Amino acid sequence: MTIQEMFPQDYRTTLLPAAHWSLTVRRGMQMQLTDTQGGANVGMLFYNPLLLSEKYNAPDSLKCQHTFKLTRGHCLYSDMGRVFASITEDSFGWHDTICGNAHPQHVADRWGKKDYQTDRNAWLQNGHDAFLVELAKYRLKKQDLAANLNLFSEVSADHQGRLALSRQSIAGDSVTLRFEMDTLVLMHNCPHPMNSGEEYPRNPVKIHLGMAQPVLSDDYCANLCDENRRGFQNNALYHLGLGL
Amino acid sequence: MIRESVHDLTAAKTREIVDAGDYFIRRIDAGGTIRIIDLEGNQAADTLFFNAADPSERYSASDTVREQGALYLTTGSMLKTNLNRDLLEIVADTCGRHDTVGGACSSESNTVRYDLEKRFMHACRDSWMLAIVEHEEFGLAKEDIGHNINFFMNVPVTPSGGLEFADGVSAPGKYVELTAKMDTIVLISNCPQLNNPCNAYNPTPIEVAIWSAAAV
Repeated sequence: MTIQEMFPQDYRTTLLPAAHWSLTVRRGMQMQLTDTQGGANVGMLFYNPLLLSEKYNAPDSLKCQHTFKLTRGHCLYSDMGRVFASITEDSFGWHDTICGNAHPQHVADRWGKKDYQTDRNAWLQNGHDAFLVELAKYRLKKQDLAANLNLFSEVSADHQGRLALSRQSIAGDSVTLRFEMDTLVLMHNCPHPMNSGEEYPRNPVKIHLGMAQPVLSDDYCANLCDENRRGFQNNALYHLGLGL
Repeated sequence: MIRESVHDLTAAKTREIVDAGDYFIRRIDAGGTIRIIDLEGNQAADTLFFNAADPSERYSASDTVREQGALYLTTGSMLKTNLNRDLLEIVADTCGRHDTVGGACSSESNTVRYDLEKRFMHACRDSWMLAIVEHEEFGLAKEDIGHNINFFMNVPVTPSGGLEFADGVSAPGKYVELTAKMDTIVLISNCPQLNNPCNAYNPTPIEVAIWSAAAV
């Protein structure tokens, strides 16, 4: 038996409330995230593990797809014109990428002070600190923290541009990201910065990593718009010579 | 919200014309005021701000729009840093609306938006890259180049989550003015974009004026 045969080629875990995590996800893998109870928020950022200065760029992603919300079909671009990941499945329909993270002060004002001594790992963690911890593991600093994804949080704007956290996921909602290049993924399960609920939200999120289906020429995400066709061409150039 | 300036342009400490495709980098002392003037209309001034004492603290679009609860920037908008602190306040605005969602053009994003063979065309992020290598004294590096403001750009978000690139709301002579809440570095790329109908495919000069704190 080989070492590969000893371990399954997929992996399941649960991102607990207030937790943060990071891992490198290979091209061709997919990550399905499922909100088990409803009301979760997963902050997420992408970096190129070979060249960490290349990172997820929210403005480029929104602008080239003429969208403010992110859902099935959308590609998540780096600042170098490449596609880190495509949203291949989404039962929720609208993920925020504008509002950033809760800072320590937001959480303290709403729910109390972060206090490990008392609360242990059920502490009132905030998204900003969570990302700083994961960034530092790769020698990245707060300058490297870009506008992130807030999966399972819909933030809409009215005609005057007024923003509202207008909807959150319900139990069982899931979103699937297919990785189009090797990607360092940083994530946390901390409250959306505009969450004003009575209680600090505690919603475990299931994560399933597995092989994605091959990307065919009529792929929905790659063909959502001419811009995405060109984004996939940039990825093809990036992978030129790898024979994959 | 439209509000005229209280400052006298002839009393400005510095005034400079910035051609399309050029950058502008300068320190603004706390309490000082900067005016950016769209000289010929429908231009985009892609702008970044930093804490001069520690540029790892910088303008944050996310923190700014979230804290004001609204997407567009105009008179009264408080620009926030990535540490959610006050950086500058918009104190006058004759344009009425500025974008901070759409980001800046780059040669790489131009390949996606327009054509792979347009990668050789000049772009805002290239101007910023040149600025940081030509002005090492400000201590900026690529990781400091983040999510900017597009002064004079109109990028409406629809209630259903669409993003539009509308005709500019700006016109010749429109300006925006900001007062610094801390010692600040301003870095502007006067956008060279030739592929976007928003500037009628004709990028034009801006003027930048700075007053020191005591000038009102």
